[in-house]
Amino acid sequence: MKKHVFSIVVAASCICQALGQERIDIKLPPGFAAQVFADDVGRARHIAVTPQGHVYVKLGRVENGNGILMFEDTDKDGKADKQTGFGDYAGTGIALTRDYLYATSDSEVYRYALDNQGRVRNPDTPERIVRDLVDKRQHASKSITLDTQGNIYVNIGAPSNACQERDRMKGSPGMMPCPILDSAGGIWQFRASKPEQTYADGKRYATGLRNVVGLDWNKQLNQLFVTQHGRDQLFQLYPKLYDAQQSAELPAETLYAIDEGDDCGWPYVYYDHFQKKKILAPEYGGDGKKTGGENAKDPLMAFPAHLAPNALLFYTGNMFPARYRNGAFIAFHGSWNRAPEPQKGYMVAFVPFRNGKPTGEWEVFADNFAGVEVIDAPGQARHRPCGLAQGPDGALYVSDDAKGTIFKITYRGKR
Amino acid sequence: MDYRIAILAVGLMLVVFASNAQEKTSSQRPLENGKTVYDTYCLSCHQSDGSGIPNLAPPLVKGEYVNGEKDRLIDIVLKGMEGVTIKGETYFNPMPPFDYLSDQEIADVLTYIRANFENSGSAVVADEVKARRSQ
Repeated sequence: MKKHVFSIVVAASCICQALGQERIDIKLPPGFAAQVFADDVGRARHIAVTPQGHVYVKLGRVENGNGILMFEDTDKDGKADKQTGFGDYAGTGIALTRDYLYATSDSEVYRYALDNQGRVRNPDTPERIVRDLVDKRQHASKSITLDTQGNIYVNIGAPSNACQERDRMKGSPGMMPCPILDSAGGIWQFRASKPEQTYADGKRYATGLRNVVGLDWNKQLNQLFVTQHGRDQLFQLYPKLYDAQQSAELPAETLYAIDEGDDCGWPYVYYDHFQKKKILAPEYGGDGKKTGGENAKDPLMAFPAHLAPNALLFYTGNMFPARYRNGAFIAFHGSWNRAPEPQKGYMVAFVPFRNGKPTGEWEVFADNFAGVEVIDAPGQARHRPCGLAQGPDGALYVSDDAKGTIFKITYRGKR
Repeated sequence: MDYRIAILAVGLMLVVFASNAQEKTSSQRPLENGKTVYDTYCLSCHQSDGSGIPNLAPPLVKGEYVNGEKDRLIDIVLKGMEGVTIKGETYFNPMPPFDYLSDQEIADVLTYIRANFENSGSAVVADEVKARRSQ
């Protein structure tokens, strides 16, 4: 991993904040530059950009009655100069098709019709597409993506760490079978245009996924890809099996290429990227070495533990150099469960793909969102990457739900 | 003569030093034990600086619950807590019960957090934990 970080020749791009007092240098490969598109917008979770370049932002907390904001850059200087808001509910998921904007609360999916300028026609009267999804606070955010066949995919995170009888309590055994998987811990597929759907109308498309925040439909491969947040607290729950260091480094955060019916193994196994094996969870009799999940899917890529992959985006634009095309950007929100080790993440990674498969390497693309050298606690991070979107010009937008900054990353180097 | 006085002085200093050290040890013990308990059971969520995890685990810094009524605080440790809202911020991860810790461990860790992270609550003693446990 070190090799990857240092292979990037760091080009710092100065971002002067609105007041000019504080400066954050987002570190990018040569030729790339980051600027602040919008600032202090609130808890900016996921984002989506229309063909006209309007940026829709889903807020994790309602601000001034608005749970969705729309930013326009009318003078095309790379900074938003017009803002509107609507949608009086908090949430994470937001996605666009040609004709509709989709947005989620923690238990519902709504859609809004768009006019031919990419503006919402009916901000106060959206259609409710899905309702009554599990919302038990933990891992409740509903991320979404759409395929080209009129289906919407909704992440329903498990309201649990490892499906213990008593969540996160030392000594509490894992439930067998895990009853949570009936209504959460997976990706559900619904029709994108049918109102008022519930679980009965949807289909559990993939299971055994603890909490997926980042997901994207790859149109080139016609396949769903997801990033999972791996389980927490191996040391705190099983101090006889794991030390604090192992607990900080295990398990991997994972990227999966999903086919209908896949089981990715949670809660029974976790992925150990050092042993390169699916390891039986200690709640289910594991000891850190016993393998399990023979029928569960292997990840396509593994990343260091606890970094929190909150957004996934396949890049299809023409602005960035050719090697980025059809590769995956992943926004890592940054860890909390590596303490007492320093926290990690707080960056956007890039996974190069060749012929529809990852090359096996990954690299840090945009770094230093935290703005501090050593991050002891997540509260110290200035920005936390949470959402990704691609603009019509091929620029990459990154949202941050800590300070509420929307970054716009462009390429200005040689092609 | 001078030599004897010097020895006496050194001896006296040693006695004073030793008694100081002992005094320090006895008053520091709950805090030191409390830090050990904190680092083992609490730090992963509430973090080394007590700042918590945004949206997931509340900070203990200048904590309303931390400095407040002891019984309420002891109950949180014994019974756990789910989805709390503090100062307009909601924290989504549940805190499990820590009733398997001893009365002394709970008293020490609460004494530790009430004396740190910009808090100024009085010490908690094992009997106070014991009383809540039997409620």
